[in-house]
Amino acid sequence: MKILDCPLNGPRNISEFACGGEAIEMAHPDTVSDAAWADYVFGAGTARGVVREWWFHVPTAYWFIAERDTGTDEVLRTYPASELFGPGGEAGEGA
Amino acid sequence: MPLGLIKYGLPGKRRARNPLPSAGRLKPRYDVVIVGAGGHGLAAAYYLARDHGITDVAVLDKGWLGGGNTARNTTIIRSNYLTPEGVRFYDESIRLFRGLSGEFDFNILYSERGHLTLAHTDAALRTMRWRAEVNKHLGVDSEVVDLDGLAQLCPPLNLDRGERFPVLGALHHKPGAIARHDAVAWGYAIAAAQRGVEIHQRTEVTGILTDKGRVTGVATTRGRIACGRVLQAVAGTSPLLAAMAGGRAGGGPRGAGPERPPGGGAGGASPLPIRTVPLQACVTEPLKPFLDPIVVSGSLHVYVSQSARGELVMGGPTDPYELYAQRSTLEFKEGLAAPMLALFPFLAEVRVLRQWAGLADMTPDFSPIMGLTPVRGYYIDAGWGTWGFKATPVCGKRMAETVATGQAPALIEPFALERFAAFRQLGERGAASVGH
Repeated sequence: MKILDCPLNGPRNISEFACGGEAIEMAHPDTVSDAAWADYVFGAGTARGVVREWWFHVPTAYWFIAERDTGTDEVLRTYPASELFGPGGEAGEGA
Repeated sequence: MPLGLIKYGLPGKRRARNPLPSAGRLKPRYDVVIVGAGGHGLAAAYYLARDHGITDVAVLDKGWLGGGNTARNTTIIRSNYLTPEGVRFYDESIRLFRGLSGEFDFNILYSERGHLTLAHTDAALRTMRWRAEVNKHLGVDSEVVDLDGLAQLCPPLNLDRGERFPVLGALHHKPGAIARHDAVAWGYAIAAAQRGVEIHQRTEVTGILTDKGRVTGVATTRGRIACGRVLQAVAGTSPLLAAMAGGRAGGGPRGAGPERPPGGGAGGASPLPIRTVPLQACVTEPLKPFLDPIVVSGSLHVYVSQSARGELVMGGPTDPYELYAQRSTLEFKEGLAAPMLALFPFLAEVRVLRQWAGLADMTPDFSPIMGLTPVRGYYIDAGWGTWGFKATPVCGKRMAETVATGQAPALIEPFALERFAAFRQLGERGAASVGH
């Protein structure tokens, strides 16, 4: 069994989680071009290497961020979304 | 050694055939380069030579001939899709498949078994009726069958109403078939090579060369090749190859991170909306022939057929998240066993012989991507997710036409890459691993 380290619940079986896809910035629907919006909606192809993804612990309805290598399936780090999107996070204010 | 054998070793007597001669050195220039020597790439090469007289073609593969998804799929061939575009397309594929053994003079073991898509809910049964009517309207033989009909078509199937998800009926698609996947790739390879196509294995493409938005060649591990036209047919690694042509998927976090180039890229190609996800399958030890039709359950997410040598070929849904690794998991086997035993309880005594994975290139609308790209002379054949093998002949034929004429024929026009930018998706809910 593969174990994922949930920032809220600790190490849990990966079958308890759902992957929410890459943590990408949403383009603003009012100002973005059609092409860029289509790009955001449909997404780019899977990157090979370390990506930053949304993951969801289903039983506790908790979203968090995981850094995972899509070439090896190794999870490097998991942390609360606030670290990325909260005040002081690199994708936080104004991002 | 018996003396009688010696005469067969002497020159001029019955020499052993070498159907696929070594391709030798790479030339510095070809008319067309096809990246990917799987079924699709080889079929395109064959039809380019046969139908369009274009024989100055090199098919390159980083591995070996037919060693990717062509060797890893579960060989089911059918045309009982839900969108008219999909039904027409796969129906042409079936017609081509039927003639392949004769055309190649090489047996692809094409075996029409009938294909049953089980319904376990009223909603699923309604979808089956919908698919049957779309299919019949387009001249494809599909019909809804009830439990009596199912008991006749597939006696070993468990029709017990006491199951958690009892079978209520099924969509019966008579032309449903299986074939020998390796033979399809080899048949196309030999027939293409006989017409002058060069197949270069262990030749990895490391870059796509472009000039002013037009493809001019490819860089490989064996040197550069100049060419006017390139066709990419690489299934699970489609996003990575397309990125070389000017898309992205180069690695590193997107949006929040700086590592990935912005959309569009240097070559002007749009990024491919393709997620690469492993798709796993397994086979059991060989059993006496007992299962004639191919049995699929969209609700339980499993499917099974019996191969010519008696193994049960089984599969389920794609893995739950994106990954570029052809690894097998215990979770897959566990997830497969429970619904499979609900359908065929006696399989509990049967052992799994081997297990494997392929990399499925999934599109957002479960339809493939075929045709032109923003880079002139660069053509794409991708997004084949869980439905690529059954399209091998038709896709090869129509992509050859696209490469030869520079225009996508009407049959594959709805599958153009540009449909996403125009929000004209082609939602194919008749695709495998799609629930109803």
